[in-house]
Amino acid sequence: MDIDMKNAGAVFLKQAKDTMKNKTILIQFVMFPALAVIMENFMSIEGMTEHFFVKMFAAMYVGMAPLISMSAVLAEEKEKCTLKMLMMSDVKPAEYLLGTGSCVWSACMIGSCVMGVVGEYAGKEFFLFMLIMAVGTAASILIGAAIGTWSRNQMTAASIGVPFMLVFSFLPMLSIFNETIGRIAKITYSEQVSILINGLGRQDMRFENIAVLLLNIAVAFGCFAFAYKRSGLG
Amino acid sequence: MENSIELTDVVQQFGQKEALKGVTLQVKSGEIFGLLGPSGAGKTTIIKIMTGQLHPTKGQAVISGMPSDKMTGKTYRRIGMMMDVPGLYERLSCYDNLKLFARLYAVPEKRIREALEKVGLSEAAKRPVEKLSRGMKGRLALARAVMNEPQILFLDEPTSGLDPVATRRIHELILEEQAKGTTVFLTTHNMAEAEKLCRHIALLHDGKIIEYGEPKEICRRYNHQRQILIRLYDGRTMAFGCDRKDGCERKTGCDKETAETIRQYLESGMVETIHSTEPNLETVFMELTGRTLV
Repeated sequence: MDIDMKNAGAVFLKQAKDTMKNKTILIQFVMFPALAVIMENFMSIEGMTEHFFVKMFAAMYVGMAPLISMSAVLAEEKEKCTLKMLMMSDVKPAEYLLGTGSCVWSACMIGSCVMGVVGEYAGKEFFLFMLIMAVGTAASILIGAAIGTWSRNQMTAASIGVPFMLVFSFLPMLSIFNETIGRIAKITYSEQVSILINGLGRQDMRFENIAVLLLNIAVAFGCFAFAYKRSGLG
Repeated sequence: MENSIELTDVVQQFGQKEALKGVTLQVKSGEIFGLLGPSGAGKTTIIKIMTGQLHPTKGQAVISGMPSDKMTGKTYRRIGMMMDVPGLYERLSCYDNLKLFARLYAVPEKRIREALEKVGLSEAAKRPVEKLSRGMKGRLALARAVMNEPQILFLDEPTSGLDPVATRRIHELILEEQAKGTTVFLTTHNMAEAEKLCRHIALLHDGKIIEYGEPKEICRRYNHQRQILIRLYDGRTMAFGCDRKDGCERKTGCDKETAETIRQYLESGMVETIHSTEPNLETVFMELTGRTLV
């Protein structure tokens, strides 16, 4: 695939500037890291595992922020016809996805970094924490892109995206309290992110975790390709 | 290249509905061409086909020698577009909107200032688009369309819903672009706009071109009455060149006697108004279709 990095860069810079002025998107990136800072510093419950809130919010962050923001951005571009203008200015869909996706990914990585610091990860653990968040965020971005591409406008994107977001972001928390849900949740990337983060420093990554994460990415990419074909953007 | 745009027997179907029924037209390089028609006639569909957004069911559209359904990035860089929806980033400033496209077109940043100055938006450069009036948004969309100095400019209803001042500014800009050699293809249902700007026009009705030519020539073609109407200060209306009309005193023939009579009226200062009776494009359209352009 022929990708012009200059075009992707232009879209990235546009998206970065637009995100700073879009409070509804910006709050997605800030909410969970801010909650993690607040809860870790002001909440203490007896018997709670170390950095419980960071571990829980990290998985929720991966399931929520990239998915909702990517779908909202894409749906808004379609609704306002700005995406059409970009496509007719020789921006290829892959360049658009790369530019917008990398902006959303970077914003999430900044949030993840804050969580990593609050969670007192250091050295190899910090690197692994960021790596897990990076892969999980990429899967979530692809699902968001599929929803945004499928939707005609922001309203549709929200009504499709919210149920997905609720499933992916709350499954890791619900699986703490219910074993059956936990077993089912294992097929989702957000649950795998939760398992991997909870296991940091205690157990090594297993093939099963990596395989489920990669499978999620492959399925998300397939969904995106299908939505893209249906939308006629090509 | 003599023709910048060539459409040959273009048919466009949406399900069972045939939106275009074999449209053929040519637009010469460097001219302003107007496509006139009421809402739903198929004007935007034609623009979408010419800009490669739609692939025609049948026939072919060729833009700058390239079939529109095979247009590449290089072709897109040679055309400018102002569509019915401006497609601007509402939260970004005017400057930032143009900056994005300056990066995509690889044009120097100084061109952004020039484009904003050209459309009279220099003062509003840092203002977010959401705070602009409709006319200002239209001018910004035009600035974006001309920033890369296109060879062909597609304008879909560029002055629709604008006030007369904003409309005049847009007209001036279109004429400036044409003076630089740009081919301009505009759709409109404003006949005055077409008469003022366009060298050639086509009247589109129900997916078919029903008339084509120079605006004045088309009007002359449908001048069935061939009259000169003179209203005098004493309240009388004189019709020269045809049989009596209701409310007019009869004066037939375009002979020496008629010319002498008109001269006398003019010399004596009795003439309040004088008009020839060729129809305007609206009247021609009504005659051809039985409906108005709007």
